[in-house]
Amino acid sequence: MTAESHFLAFDPAQDFKLLFLAFVLPLVGYVIQISVGKRLPRQGDWLLTSGLFATASITVLMFAKSLWAAYHGLEFRHHSGDEAGLWFHWFYSSDELANGVANVSAAIFYDPLGAAMLMVVGVVSFCVHLFSIGYMHGTPRYHIFFANISLFTFAMLGLVLSDNLLFLFIFWELMGLMSYLLIGHFSHDPSSGYFHKWATKACKKAFLTTRVGDTCLLVGMVIFFWKFETFRFTELWRLSIEEIARHQSMHPGEYPLWMTVGGLFIFGGTIGKSAQFPLHIWLPDAMAGPTPVSAMIHAATMVAAGVFLLGRCYPMFTPDVLDVIAAVGTITAIFAATIGTTAYDLKAVLAWSTISQLGFMVAAIGLGGVVAGLFHMVTHAFFKACLFLSAGSVIHGCHHEQDMRNMGGVRKHMPITFACMLASTIAIAGIPFFSGFYSKDMIILRAWENILGGKFTGASFFAAVGLPLAAACTAFYMFRMIFMTFSDSYRPGTVESNFAHHAGGHDDHGHDEHGHAAHGHDHHGHDDHGHAGHGHADHGHAHHEHGHAAPAHAHAASAHGHEAHGHDAHGHDSHGEHATPHESPLPMVVALCILAFLGVFGGHFWLADPLHSLKFWEHAHTWFETSVSFQSLYGAQIGDQLAAAVAVDEHAAHLAHIVALSVSLTVASLGILVAWLIYGRGWERSQRVAGQITHSIHALYEVVKGKYFVDEALGTAIVVDMKRKDEPRYEPDASVIGASMHVANLLGWIDRNVVDATVNLVGRIGMSLGKGSATFDRVVIDGAVNGVGLFTQTFGSVVRLFQSGRVQQYATFAVFGGLALAAWLILL
Amino acid sequence: MELSDKLFYSLVGFGSLAALGACTFLGGGDGAAFALFAILVLGGSLVCIWERSVVRSAFCLIGTFGGTAGLFLLLGSDFLAMSQILIYVGGILALILFGVMLSPPDLTERKLPRVLSGLVAVGAGVAFVAAKVASTVNWVQAAELAEPEHATERIGVGFLAYDQYAIAFELAAIVLTVALVAAVYVARRRKIDLQDEGAQG
Amino acid sequence: MGLGAYIAVSAALFALGIVAILVRRNVLYVLMGIEMILNAANINFVAFNRFNHAAGSQSNLDGRMFAIFVIILAAAEAAVALAIVLNVFHLFNSVKPAEADLLRE
Repeated sequence: MTAESHFLAFDPAQDFKLLFLAFVLPLVGYVIQISVGKRLPRQGDWLLTSGLFATASITVLMFAKSLWAAYHGLEFRHHSGDEAGLWFHWFYSSDELANGVANVSAAIFYDPLGAAMLMVVGVVSFCVHLFSIGYMHGTPRYHIFFANISLFTFAMLGLVLSDNLLFLFIFWELMGLMSYLLIGHFSHDPSSGYFHKWATKACKKAFLTTRVGDTCLLVGMVIFFWKFETFRFTELWRLSIEEIARHQSMHPGEYPLWMTVGGLFIFGGTIGKSAQFPLHIWLPDAMAGPTPVSAMIHAATMVAAGVFLLGRCYPMFTPDVLDVIAAVGTITAIFAATIGTTAYDLKAVLAWSTISQLGFMVAAIGLGGVVAGLFHMVTHAFFKACLFLSAGSVIHGCHHEQDMRNMGGVRKHMPITFACMLASTIAIAGIPFFSGFYSKDMIILRAWENILGGKFTGASFFAAVGLPLAAACTAFYMFRMIFMTFSDSYRPGTVESNFAHHAGGHDDHGHDEHGHAAHGHDHHGHDDHGHAGHGHADHGHAHHEHGHAAPAHAHAASAHGHEAHGHDAHGHDSHGEHATPHESPLPMVVALCILAFLGVFGGHFWLADPLHSLKFWEHAHTWFETSVSFQSLYGAQIGDQLAAAVAVDEHAAHLAHIVALSVSLTVASLGILVAWLIYGRGWERSQRVAGQITHSIHALYEVVKGKYFVDEALGTAIVVDMKRKDEPRYEPDASVIGASMHVANLLGWIDRNVVDATVNLVGRIGMSLGKGSATFDRVVIDGAVNGVGLFTQTFGSVVRLFQSGRVQQYATFAVFGGLALAAWLILL
Repeated sequence: MELSDKLFYSLVGFGSLAALGACTFLGGGDGAAFALFAILVLGGSLVCIWERSVVRSAFCLIGTFGGTAGLFLLLGSDFLAMSQILIYVGGILALILFGVMLSPPDLTERKLPRVLSGLVAVGAGVAFVAAKVASTVNWVQAAELAEPEHATERIGVGFLAYDQYAIAFELAAIVLTVALVAAVYVARRRKIDLQDEGAQG
Repeated sequence: MGLGAYIAVSAALFALGIVAILVRRNVLYVLMGIEMILNAANINFVAFNRFNHAAGSQSNLDGRMFAIFVIILAAAEAAVALAIVLNVFHLFNSVKPAEADLLRE
């Protein structure tokens, strides 16, 4: 069979249509769901999930094609406009201007990077959809939730497939909007049992914070467009390389300043979207959204988009920009990992872990290890999605509880969830033969190669020391989480949870049935009304049914479709404090298992030379390194230059391999060992030991637990007031207000200490000068002071007249202002 | 009729006659037609501003819109003239009249000094700018204008040809649909309002 | 008549539209004024289009097309504006823009 005719060979005529189909299916699903979703049976969840299944299948097939091409050494970079004539012309005025500023067109661009990302998005989104069927069951606005995550997926698919920066930005913004809608999913109806102010504020915070980064990205885009007059990635790469070479030939050792500035602005977009320091503040609060949304944001979409952008724009970055990227990534990795060790909220641990892992990816790209960074993004997407969904499953099973101190012993009650979570935790901690090990090791390897290969920069050194530190923290807090949650025995109500009220209020869904079940209520009556298809709701715990009738009001509420406040409220009130946890319904478990499988084997999947995959690490590595490289990502010509820029000699590379391998094994086992020593040997003992440790480093612990007070510094903290838990104190748009307040405070300080001092000095001089003439003194100084007061008063009262709120008066000002401007322009 | 009304209408009348005469003198038959339509346009809007009653003001707009259609005809755009009459006179004016019917009459809201000062101020400002522009801009005219081409078919083709205005046309259709749906949505009486009224009534 | 005459008529109509918006204390006059301003713009479009067409050259549709789109949008605007007027009337019990001064808050 020849390479061209093989069924895994890429066929532009057909495959672009398939890709387009995969991309557009979620959108179609969204439109259907928004318009008629509420009237469909089961509110249309099956429709979107099956649509996403189709999308996931296509993306997996396409990914297989890219692997096949790589295996056979074929170049795999496809552009639908060039190869199949599939263009979307936007602002397309004429053919004469085909390459000019006036024309903007888009097409599908499909390369190994896009293939991997697309596969991740498709599979993870499908799993999240599947999981949501169980997790969101019975919540208000169920159909809207499915519509929104579908559109979220659509935006991410579009971002991955677009061939130019402009369309990437459009989908990027769409994703920002969807994250806002989804984090605040329950913030629309204050009367709902799931409503909580925290979510309302967190979604605003996420939206506004990422908006800062988006603005940076826009500025960066415009800078590059201004110089290169194109948005297409392939063009941008080529022109950037040429521009750098041209500049180097004139000023050896220097790089174009404008490219550095533009690159930094583009990286600003990543800082916002991928939650890098100091704009990471939105991500921990974003866990206020429903757990499936957190899984989406943390694994497949949002944060991955930032790293993906770095991968797409890598050839456009000058070494100066790369150093900044590496430094910021490393700072983020250490910073977030240390905070993760102090968190008690199950989801908060995972949120900080995501930020830390994103720091790894960003640092890797900054160190020149694009492949390593993107590989880590892919493996991370799987195990982090699995971790989040497992966490959702645990929270679901433990009746609204998110505080790990109130869990414990869940392993016995939720064995499948435990297995999935443990597998993913091992993967993230970096134990060999699990996916996370390979990718994380590649990143540390990259840093050491830079140092040992003589490409020593401050950022490389920082990363080579800092990243293993962060990896040790990662292993520690992940296993701390596992021990606290799953080992020992179940201990509900150990501490009065900080999170129970607000987190439970907004985050846990589908608990109505479980609440009933725990109390021995039969809820068949409930299912008969509009939930007929939800057999799985009973599936997991049919043994709880004792034959009691469902409460009448819950019955009536569910009889009227999904206006479900009645039974939600009941579910919330009646769940038992001491009811034992239970395994989650079938769709959730299936989704977990798929992701856990990928999380464990994702590394092999990428590294797989199937024959050697179980052999020692370096053997498996060769195929991967030869087939996924700069050349395959950016094309032979550009790739060669990029590879030459980071190449090191063989001896150094070999040394770096050994160092990196031993370092990453050491830190991972050290972290796990410490976690076991402190938390693995019984709950009371762990409390005692941890208490002693935190007491001995009290000040440091408080700083770390306070998240280094970055939120406070940026003025966006969501402070949970312990005395009044229902009213978290937080200014919603404080990122704007806070900033202006700081500016105002600064100006106030200047006013007090500089302006006032000057005024006083002037006054004193005037006094001493006026000593000879008291009359003159009184007249001039007093008159001036009174005059200032009078002027201020008069001016104020005049200005107040303008603020009348009357539209016509405003229009009059506008008209005469315009006329005055015209007169000025004409006369001068 | 008050004194101010008599003065105003006679001024408008004399002005119109003078403009008609001047244009006929300058441009012959064409000039007369132009003057007629221009008088319709400007006279209609002047009277619209002047009139106390909203209903009459709205009807005066027929002059403005129709006169504009006439100017379009003179400029050789017959299709545009038809659309103007259809949409403005048939649609928009009817909408405004609905608005008039649904709001309470108030014959005292017009304040004469306000109208006069507005006319004088804005008129003077625009006249100043226009005069300056007219005296400074170099009006290069084509030595010989082509015959007006009645391009109804070309407009139709332009609407449908993908390389011309098809997308804009589709967009306009979407905007119009959305706007109309939105208008209905904004204008609807909400249940709560009706309940409130019911409670009050 | 030349281009200047049309522009003069258009400028005058524009000015009258602005006066209608500014001086009358009734929302409906604001609407009418906007229509006048749009008409003035349309006259300009068509006039410039016409006088840009020298003998023997291929004519250009852009100006006229633009005028058509302006008319279309004017129709949409009128519909939405009327809906807003009705809501303003409902909310403030008045059609006087001076009384709808919530912008001050």
